[in-house]
Amino acid sequence: MFLEFFYTLREAGVPVAIQEWMMLMRALAMGQHSSSLLSFYNLSRACLVKSETYFDAFDRAFAQVFHGVEGQLTISDELQKWLEDPKNFKELTDEERAALEMLTSDELMRRYLEILEEQTERHDGGDKWVGTGGRSPFGHSGEHPTGIRVGGFSKNRSAMKVAEDRRYKNYRTDLTMDLRQTKVALKRLRQLTRTGPQSELDLDETIDKTCKNAGEIDFVFRAERRNNVRLILLMDVGGTMEPFFRPVSRLLTALHEERGLREFHPFYFHNCVYETVYEDALLFQDSAIPTADLLRRYDERWKLVIVGDAAMHPHELVGARGNINPRLETETAGIEWLYKLQDHFHRTAWVNPEPPDRWTRTQSANAIRKIFPMFHLSVDGIESAVSALIGSRPIAAAS
Amino acid sequence: MSESNEFNRFQGTESYIASESLMSAVNCAIALERPLLIKGEPGTGKTLLARHISEALGMPMESWYIKSTSKGEEGLYVYDTLQRLNDARFGEGNVGDIRSYIKYGPLGRVFAAKERQVLLIDEIDKADVEFPNDLLREIDEMRFTVMETGDEIVAAHRPVVIITSNNEKELPDAFLRRCIFHFIDFPDRELMNQIVAVHHPNLDATLLDQVLVKFYWLRGQNELRKKPSTSELIDWIAALLASGITSAQIEAHIPFVGSLLKNEQDTEALGEYASGGGTMPSQWSDLGPKYNQ
Repeated sequence: MFLEFFYTLREAGVPVAIQEWMMLMRALAMGQHSSSLLSFYNLSRACLVKSETYFDAFDRAFAQVFHGVEGQLTISDELQKWLEDPKNFKELTDEERAALEMLTSDELMRRYLEILEEQTERHDGGDKWVGTGGRSPFGHSGEHPTGIRVGGFSKNRSAMKVAEDRRYKNYRTDLTMDLRQTKVALKRLRQLTRTGPQSELDLDETIDKTCKNAGEIDFVFRAERRNNVRLILLMDVGGTMEPFFRPVSRLLTALHEERGLREFHPFYFHNCVYETVYEDALLFQDSAIPTADLLRRYDERWKLVIVGDAAMHPHELVGARGNINPRLETETAGIEWLYKLQDHFHRTAWVNPEPPDRWTRTQSANAIRKIFPMFHLSVDGIESAVSALIGSRPIAAAS
Repeated sequence: MSESNEFNRFQGTESYIASESLMSAVNCAIALERPLLIKGEPGTGKTLLARHISEALGMPMESWYIKSTSKGEEGLYVYDTLQRLNDARFGEGNVGDIRSYIKYGPLGRVFAAKERQVLLIDEIDKADVEFPNDLLREIDEMRFTVMETGDEIVAAHRPVVIITSNNEKELPDAFLRRCIFHFIDFPDRELMNQIVAVHHPNLDATLLDQVLVKFYWLRGQNELRKKPSTSELIDWIAALLASGITSAQIEAHIPFVGSLLKNEQDTEALGEYASGGGTMPSQWSDLGPKYNQ
């Protein structure tokens, strides 16, 4: 019945499948949406979205389908019915009921549409997508009945996401071509260590000891073998990295699917690492993390992999105020941050998508090669990078 | 009466304030007999939720606290070979009966229960990445077979399963598809007022305002390694009340900072900030538009 909603969600990037959809349909059939549109919003989000990272996309899809952004309100009858449904009030608290009863359903509907109108305009004007919350007729915890604003969750982000074309939205989609090879290369990225509690029965040792004990059972326990590798990925995005979109996205997909790693966190930067790195590939300000914090948060046992073409104007690397973005420039040169990273982490590797013969011809790549061991982004290169990360501490190229 | 009446059962409890979207998710999970996956910042009451659902609905509760070594099978049952070997050696116990060495785990006990129960699977992300996958079939069909005896345990009443996660690891898609999901937002000013009122009902209004301004200001500091959460706020207020501190006294500095900041570096950073002449806000208007709608 709301198939359009389903497809809009999928288009918006929310990974909804039939299973979740049927779950929602069952809930609707049980009368779940009865109390209000807000309730329908809550219900559908609980059933369809499985990670808070998709809430934003869900909100946009919800707004698009149920608000008639293109000037049509196809299911207005449906909404009207919910809003008029006297069953609503049964579950509400006294204050809520009082607030709701002050408005006729017509007025409620009119106000509802007004608010939608207002938000669409503001959003188009490049202002915050959300913001009138807390004054809605449904008035609960400042949540808006249209479901656009939810507890102030990543407000800025939505506006920018809509405003900007999402350059790296495909970063994590599955590319089966060559993906397996990359994965196989990464398989060696493990350090099996027996750590933690001694919980595994060592059968051989037990038999051995028991025999020595003349049949007296003597159990021997040992710790289980676990992969102890924790990995931080710093990735250059945008600009000169654009042509390498496919191989880079393959590496990222493989890393994300590499279930063996103990922990894995990707971060992003543009051109060179300066004061800030970003959790979001689009480098939104609200995903910014000071590089100093990164060093504090992750100790030296983490392995650092930087992916980038190391191609920049020398000034951007060694000059003070080198950041290509004038609003972000500061006194510390990029190269100093690179030294700090290299000093902090015991094992590092720089993976470069440019073919190796170009490295020597780029001044900045040459300089960076002296700081980090550099490897080519190819199956072979990844393999060597992995052994550099696992083996003894590698020495950066001499000259 | 009607189905929807039966459905909307959880409304929070006297000491647990739930947002509407949380109630909606809980009730949906109860009605659809699906596990409810709860995520959110530490200290927002994820684990408490299960206890209060059990209290509100009058269902007994089983808890399964996941550790990094937890295995899927442990939740169902453990065949205690060691005990049996030992008993065989010393001629103790009922060695002939394998069933007396099958020990049911939380999941197994909840399935076998005669009434509907609440099962809390706490911090599922602590376990190995494959852990949730190992439980797919059991959670889907609510049944399992004891391999050693061939007994099949089928849940007569599908339990209310509450799963919490701190987002340390990504959970597998196949697992997520079977869950209802809710993310507990950090409470805003209004909800926080309600929550505090539940725990400290006789708190002076000006003191509360002062406390919350400081609290949200602290949370707004990006340098903090661990931001204070609701549970720490409640503790802090308790400490303030116990010592009889007035609102004027916390205007300029933060007493009992140890109950809010659990990290040495954070406490140091705050100390440096204060000794460096940094000021702290004492009114909502100092906090910016987010808190002054």
